[in-house]
This record gives sequence, C-alpha cells and structure tokens, in this order.
Amino acid sequence: MTSNPASVVSARNLGLTFQTSDGPVNALTGVNLDVAKGDFVSFIGPSGCGKTTFLRIIADLETPTAGAITVNGMTPEEARHNRAYGYVFQAAALYPWRTIEKNIALPLEIMGHSGHEQKARIERTLELVNLTGFGKKYPWQLSGGMQQRASIARALAFDADLLLMDEPFGALDEIVRDHLNEQLLKLWARTDKTICFVTHSIPEAVYLSTKIVVMSPRPGRVTDIIESTLPRERPLGIRETPEFLEIAHRVREGLRAGHSYDE
Amino acid sequence: MYKPSFLRDKLVPISTVVLLLIAVWYVAVIFLNAPFERDTAARAGTEIAYSDLVRNTMAQERPVLPAPHQVIAEIWDTTVNKAITSKRSLVYHAWITLSATLLGFGIGAALGVLLAVGIVHNRAMDRSLMPWVIASQTIPILAIAPMIIVVLNAIGIAGLLPKALISTYLSFFPVVVGMVKGLRSPETIQLDLMHTYNASAAQTFWKLRWPSSMPYLFTSLKVAVAISLVGAIVGELPTGAVAGLGARLLAGSYYGQTVQIWAALFMAAALAAVLVMVVGFAHTAVLKRMGAKP
Repeated sequence: MTSNPASVVSARNLGLTFQTSDGPVNALTGVNLDVAKGDFVSFIGPSGCGKTTFLRIIADLETPTAGAITVNGMTPEEARHNRAYGYVFQAAALYPWRTIEKNIALPLEIMGHSGHEQKARIERTLELVNLTGFGKKYPWQLSGGMQQRASIARALAFDADLLLMDEPFGALDEIVRDHLNEQLLKLWARTDKTICFVTHSIPEAVYLSTKIVVMSPRPGRVTDIIESTLPRERPLGIRETPEFLEIAHRVREGLRAGHSYDE
Repeated sequence: MYKPSFLRDKLVPISTVVLLLIAVWYVAVIFLNAPFERDTAARAGTEIAYSDLVRNTMAQERPVLPAPHQVIAEIWDTTVNKAITSKRSLVYHAWITLSATLLGFGIGAALGVLLAVGIVHNRAMDRSLMPWVIASQTIPILAIAPMIIVVLNAIGIAGLLPKALISTYLSFFPVVVGMVKGLRSPETIQLDLMHTYNASAAQTFWKLRWPSSMPYLFTSLKVAVAISLVGAIVGELPTGAVAGLGARLLAGSYYGQTVQIWAALFMAAALAAVLVMVVGFAHTAVLKRMGAKP
C-alpha cells in the first residue's frame, strides 16, 4: 500500500513512538487517511489520542517513526520548505511587540514579499477574518476571539492551500466559538482551502467537517472515519436537524467504542 | 479610582526615609566623635560642657564620622567652587571614573550579548563556555584588578583601557546570564511558528529571539552599569591614585581625610544612581516602542 499522491495529505500505516524515560509511548499507530483537495477534515478524540501529533507530523513539527506520509505529493519536510500550509495553534501566539498588521506581515517578511504586496495581503486577510480597522492595534488590545482570528489571518496571508488548525477555538467561550465556527465555514467556502481541524468538541466537528476522523488513545489510533452527508452550505440552525444529530451520535459511538472511560 | 500623585507616592515616603537616615547619622556623629573631644579636653586638663562637646563633634577636621553638612560642604566646595579641569575638582575625578565606566560597560555589554548569542546557538559553546563565565566571577575583583593593570602596562597599554577592562570583567557577566535567558525566552509555540514558515536561523533570531530578550537585556544592563562603576573605582586603586573617584578614596584614606572620602563616596553613589536611571529610561522607551501595555 503506498500513499496517494493525488491527495493533499495521504498517510499509510503511519506511526510515531516517543522514547521517554518511562519507556516508549505509542502516540500514533497504523493511521491510514487521505485528505482530498477542498476537504474540511476534523480530528476528534480524547487527549492522548494523537490528533495533535498527526497534525504536527503533517506540518513537519514531528517526524514519524513508522509508515509513510505525503503532503501535496511530497514529504512533509519538502512541503514545509515550499510553505505548503498555514498552521493555527491552540493559542494565538501573536508576537506582542508587533501590531496586528505587523503580525500578519511576519510570514510575508520571512518569505520575502515586497512591502506593497504585504500591504495588499494584510488588507485582504484582515477583511477575510472581519478585523478590518484593527491592523494598528497591539494584540493585548484585542479580545481572545479577535486574537485568534488575527492568527488565522496570519496563516492565510501567504496563500497556502492547506490550513492546519490545532484546537484554535478551544480556549474561547461557546458563544464566541459558535460565531467563529460560522465565520470559518464562510471563509472556507470563499477560499476553497483544504482544512485539517483538531477539536474535542463533537458539535464543532460535525458542524464544520466534510470528513470526521474519530481517534482513541493508548495507543493513539483512528477508530472511525465518517463522511458527512450534510450540505456544504450550513446555517447554525443545521445543528438541530435529525441528520446532524445522527452524525453526532455516530461520532459519540465511535469515541465510546475506542475508549474505555471506565478504566 | 487610584490616581498617581507625585507628592503622596514619591516625595513624602522618600523624604521621610531620608530625614530619618540623617537623624540617625547625626546621633552617630556625636557618639563616634565624642571620645576625641573628651581626650582633647582631658589632655588640656579642662572640663568640656555637653553643648560644646556636641557642637565640636560636628566640626572636626578629621572626624571618625563626618556630619552630613560637612560632607555636603565638601561636595559643594569641590564641585561648584573649583574649575572642572582642576585636580581638586570632584567633577574632574568623577568624569575620569565615568569615562572608564562607560567604555568598560560598552565593551562588557557587547561581549555579554555576543557570548549569549553563541551560547544559545551553539551547543559546544553552551557546554564549554558557561562554566568559565561563572568561574570568572568567583575570583575576587580586588585580587585580579592589579594583575590586569600590571600585565597590560607591561605590554604598553595604560590609561583608560585597563580600568575599562576591569569594568568589562564585572559587567559582561549579568549580561551573558540575562541574555541567555532572554534569547531562550520565546515559547515553543512561537518557535514552532517560525519553523512552519521555514524561517532561517537569522530570521528567527532577529524577528523572535532578539525582541523577546529586550526586557531581560535591560534588566541585566541596569546591574551591569552599576558594577561597571565599581569596577572602574577598583581599577583606580592600584594605579597609584593618580585620578578618579578611586584615587580620591585612596588619597583620603592615606591622609585621614574622612570628609573627602565621604564626599567621593556620595559622588560615586550619585553617579551610579544616574547611570541606572538612564538605563531605566532607555528600558521604558524601548518597551514603549515595542507596544508594551502601559
């Protein structure tokens, strides 16, 4: 079995074992997954299931110890050298000494875009995340939700086709999270990006995704892959429909099957 | 709502402490200088009245502890009443010490930053250099200062530079330690971000490590500038007391000129306070430019 070069992300029998002082830890074993262009894939599971680890392998922040993975048909390292993806971390990780627009300019400076080009891109991405007019503010002057939106703008600024998001709304309250989920879907529809999204919220995963990857810990593995039957156009109200609840039910079942909470 | 007030927050508490210290000082002057007055009176075979005794203890030429007003008069006399080019001017001596301090501080800060950059970026330097940096500060400066002066003099270097190098010897240390911590202060997530951009080591340094280290840099510079002054004064002691605040201290102790010693001490303290304040202002200005929360 070899990886599929047509996929944006293609993993075959992928595994990662960390060597710790307490002995080896299987963070991830036997993952087979294909992410097609334009997919919105959510990774859901309890902590320790390897969902963040998988995202970090795609981003070349971790190196797998078993199996094969390609990103845009290349190794993750080559993909990183080609700046194939934008990464959104759990925390906004904005540099506090830079204004919002300077934070968005950071990857552009590193990648050598001209000042003129930077300006245009900053304006465009600020507009995409609804932060027009906040460019001159410093991060501490913005709320947590706005900071996270700025960090998404930063990940979008250099036009990578793949967006990797590691629980980006995990630290935000539910009202803000709902709002940002809706905005993220709109943004996804407008930009036609492929998104890999780590979460531990079932409603969030079902609401956002075209494909839901259910994972379980010890060892970290994939227990179910659910293709969503929901339409791409999703108003917030879709979360009360029977179709939505059915998918949510299947995710919950998958989580329960793969994990013994009673241990 | 709490409103800052100069009178309540600064003037009243500070002046209270100063007045208290001056009061304690005057009491100490009477106690410490009284034996000399009693001895003099006994030798002359006279009795001395208590009020005379108190007055005399504050007007001795070579008191054990000079009174504050004597020190102030001496400072006034040697700063305002003397041309600053005169060898009797305290300003002249302070400038000699200050120039060595600033040169040594400059070299020390630059050396400290360079060493820290090396230590953070190179594992071999991290392992091999840090123990020596720490060991260097365990040698008493009083022991090594004459050696530096003598050795440099032997190879034809004299004057400002040897003194400055003693300042450097003391001041590079807090800068190395502070900057190593500062350059390592970025969070993993901030470094990971640079990694995802495929940023070069130089880009990561200038765009992340260097700005992150600014608060650490200025905190260590405050310590460094103060001990630079100590280094310059110590460096003046073995040069045969030619010029500088160290020379004033040494000359004062040779001739029992305690008033002169205290005046030089106060000048050194004032100089240190001004230097630390200047670094503090620079700190505030830089942080303000970096968008710090007011």
